[in-house]
Amino acid sequence: MTSTTSLVTPRRPWVNRRNVYKELIPTFGIAGALAVLIVNFTGLAGPLGSYVAFVAAYLTVSFLFGMRHDKIKAFDKVMTTLICAGFFTAFIPWVSILFTVFKRGASAIYWGYFTSDMSVTSGDDELNLGGLSHAIVGSGIILLIASLIAIPFGIITAIYITEIRGRFSGLVRIMIQSMSGVPSIVAGLFVFAILVSGRGFSAISGAVALSILMLPTVARTAEEVLKLVPEDLRTSALALGATQTATTFRIVLPAARAGLVTASMLGMARVAGETAPLIMTSFYSANFSTDTSGHPLASLPMYIYQNFSNGTDLALSRAWGGAAVLLTLIFIIFTIARLASGRAKG
Amino acid sequence: MDDATIQTGSNMNTDANTAPQGGNPLDEGRVGINGLQTKGVHVWFNKHHVLEDISLDFPANSVTGLIGPSGCGKSTFLRLLNRMHEFIPGAAMAGEVFLDGKEIYAPDVDVTAMRLKVGMVFQKPNPFPSMTIGQNVLAGLKLANIKVQDKDSLLEECLTRAGLWKEVKDRLKTSGGSLSGGQQQRLCIARALAVKPDVLLMDEPCSALDPASTLKVEETVVQLSSDMTIVIVTHNMQQAARVSDHCAFFLSDGGPGVIVEADRTSVIFSTPSDPRTADYVQGRFG
Amino acid sequence: MQTTAPERRQITAVSRPSDKAFQGVVTAGALSAFVVLALIAGFLFLRSTEVFRTFGFDFITRSKWDAGSVEDARAPQFGVAAMLLGSIIVSTMAMIFALPFVMGTSLFLEYYISRRIRFVLVSILDLMAAIPSIIYGLWGYLVLMPYASHWAASINKYLGWIPIFAVDRENFDASPFVASLVLCLMILPIASSVTREVYSRAPQDQITAAYALGASRWGAIRAVVLPFGLSGLVGGMLLGLGRALGETIAVLLTLNLVFAVKFQVLASAGGNVASLIASRFGEAGPLELKALMAAGLVLFVLTLLVNFGASIIVGRASRSTK
Repeated sequence: MTSTTSLVTPRRPWVNRRNVYKELIPTFGIAGALAVLIVNFTGLAGPLGSYVAFVAAYLTVSFLFGMRHDKIKAFDKVMTTLICAGFFTAFIPWVSILFTVFKRGASAIYWGYFTSDMSVTSGDDELNLGGLSHAIVGSGIILLIASLIAIPFGIITAIYITEIRGRFSGLVRIMIQSMSGVPSIVAGLFVFAILVSGRGFSAISGAVALSILMLPTVARTAEEVLKLVPEDLRTSALALGATQTATTFRIVLPAARAGLVTASMLGMARVAGETAPLIMTSFYSANFSTDTSGHPLASLPMYIYQNFSNGTDLALSRAWGGAAVLLTLIFIIFTIARLASGRAKG
Repeated sequence: MDDATIQTGSNMNTDANTAPQGGNPLDEGRVGINGLQTKGVHVWFNKHHVLEDISLDFPANSVTGLIGPSGCGKSTFLRLLNRMHEFIPGAAMAGEVFLDGKEIYAPDVDVTAMRLKVGMVFQKPNPFPSMTIGQNVLAGLKLANIKVQDKDSLLEECLTRAGLWKEVKDRLKTSGGSLSGGQQQRLCIARALAVKPDVLLMDEPCSALDPASTLKVEETVVQLSSDMTIVIVTHNMQQAARVSDHCAFFLSDGGPGVIVEADRTSVIFSTPSDPRTADYVQGRFG
Repeated sequence: MQTTAPERRQITAVSRPSDKAFQGVVTAGALSAFVVLALIAGFLFLRSTEVFRTFGFDFITRSKWDAGSVEDARAPQFGVAAMLLGSIIVSTMAMIFALPFVMGTSLFLEYYISRRIRFVLVSILDLMAAIPSIIYGLWGYLVLMPYASHWAASINKYLGWIPIFAVDRENFDASPFVASLVLCLMILPIASSVTREVYSRAPQDQITAAYALGASRWGAIRAVVLPFGLSGLVGGMLLGLGRALGETIAVLLTLNLVFAVKFQVLASAGGNVASLIASRFGEAGPLELKALMAAGLVLFVLTLLVNFGASIIVGRASRSTK
């Protein structure tokens, strides 16, 4: 209709970088200067003190800047600052945790750390002796057995809610919800009462305790995933004359495969670091072993706990080393879960 | 064009709005004080070109109807008039919008103060459910932190102007959600009126209402137009004919929406110059 | 004369035997959660009846925990009052600390940043939720405690005249204050993600209406999002409370367990049922073990109630928006 189209360029007048910077830079500058003054003249010190001083200064400065317009703007600015500060402050401890774990853990880690156990080394021996191969293998065994129990039950529970849609669906969902709130120590006590007392610590009992904690995570995530399978797929399969069994196994579960991997991985990540139930079920041994019953078995969280309880500097370094390994393991499991769910969506 | 009775009803001009914008004094004369004017406006949503080169005058103290089939960009255009696009990621625009002779997309405009002068009523009634009827009406004042001497009389005035006072005066303390759809919509109109805007934008305000409520809202619109500029988007030809003084007919042939014709309502409905307008207002398509 | 009403037919679906078997197996499997919960409650109850019979209601109301001794002819005595109260104090404090951060984090993620950054930050938040409690405990004891003790000392110095901030001895390590800071961090991710989820469903048309009335961003949040998301916030915080009540190892590492009812939150003495179980378990005799089972039962019931309340509130919050 008009030939001016090519001459007009889209713009976004409401995105006004220049104005934003014009406000932000002076606010930052003045707040920074104020913060330096505060740190120099009051008891606040160190990075944390400087941070607090800066937030307080920023709050004041942004309020005053806002007051140049009106009270509404000033209040909006103050709330923006508070909300952003709330978020960033929450991240400080997490950054500190990651930083400490990997920095202090690094001092304990050497090549042999992954190949030797603690059978001939004590917690306060030099850091170039001993390792946690026994704990890694033990954790792997316990996690594997726990997964073998919890994943099938978790998926079956999800199938019951989304496929069978039986009359207990509501009840089952409530039970899963309640189960996710069971304190880990209570799960440990329970397994101790039925499997350990009188028989002794074993990897199996540790795995059973972990599977109790793992089941709700797997079940709930799997339910979400199965719900994402389009209803049309089920109806068309049934209309083709497939039985419900065939529909579930041949159509629904394959369609949700990647999501079910995510559910399983999230379950494993949830329990890989559980310590409290292992204290009373699989306990700890310093020796490399793959025995699943009759003997205590080492695990990464118990390795950390044991070295922490020892309390000497060298043992604490070992604890940090174990924490670094455990955290890396959990992050790997978590990344696999995310990748799988990314594929499920894409 | 319009013998505008110059009565602003606004007393909350802020710095940004009173500062001269190097606007167009001539144009201001054309639409009057509190008039609204767009010049060569385009809108994009991401790559999608939605509106093309819309230039339109909204004379002060009159009702302008925006008509046209679904999807031709009427509502998009309406939302452009009080900068509600900013919340849609991917939206972009070109051209200029003048309110009272000042460009509202200029970099130093105070958006919230501008929005106080431009009230808006939405397609679906949306009273705040956590507030009572009275609190809903005064919500705008509270949000903008405007102090009023006599809240009760303001409340009565706004509800009366919105044609709702008689129905709710005994239950101002009940929740806004307890009203019927038509009443809720008039409550939203009262809410928009409480901050004394110069312009009222209405986005198909009656599409979710029954005929009786529609009639009430239309009466309200006609009464309000005596001292404010009203822009109303509507699908309903009869409604456009009943309430508006001017009409703009939007059309999109698959591409971006354009204005086919804009004129006095009487002209649009009797002797339109474009055959497509004639087809549309006579109900032959759309 | 009577017209016969059309007879209603019952539609009966006869499943194939294979389907019936499938349904049976799945139903049985799905009830496993129920069975496990019942077994936990049953076994803990069975093992602790002797304790309840011996000590009766004193088990809940007394705070002395003494395994007794044969040489001194001291009778064993078990009561969880101090520990139970300690659990509640520490968890409540954690909730109070967490509340502003939960609100800040969820509002920030939902209304102050672009969608793409939000996705990244939410993933990070989920990852933080996966950090095991032993690592929180380790960090809390070795990194946070020096700072926290210093803060506690300052609070005590300036606000010591308020009874709860008073201390008998100038030792601020391993206090309920420290433990609750660690717990606060641990419940932040879960509480924030539940709250954010509910905030994200706040009705867009009302937010738009608020903006059209000239509201600032905070004005729109306060008028629409906060009232709408209140139940989500309460539910999220309660879920966090459930977590905090049951947390064992992080508290065990950062709290000094003392068997006395105390309200001095800065002093190096506190109580926690879960940590009690973990700490006494190793050297417990038969009767003490039963007392620990009873303590576990108390904890189980308490967390079950809290979680139940939380899931009802969260469920209602998400249903009302659909």
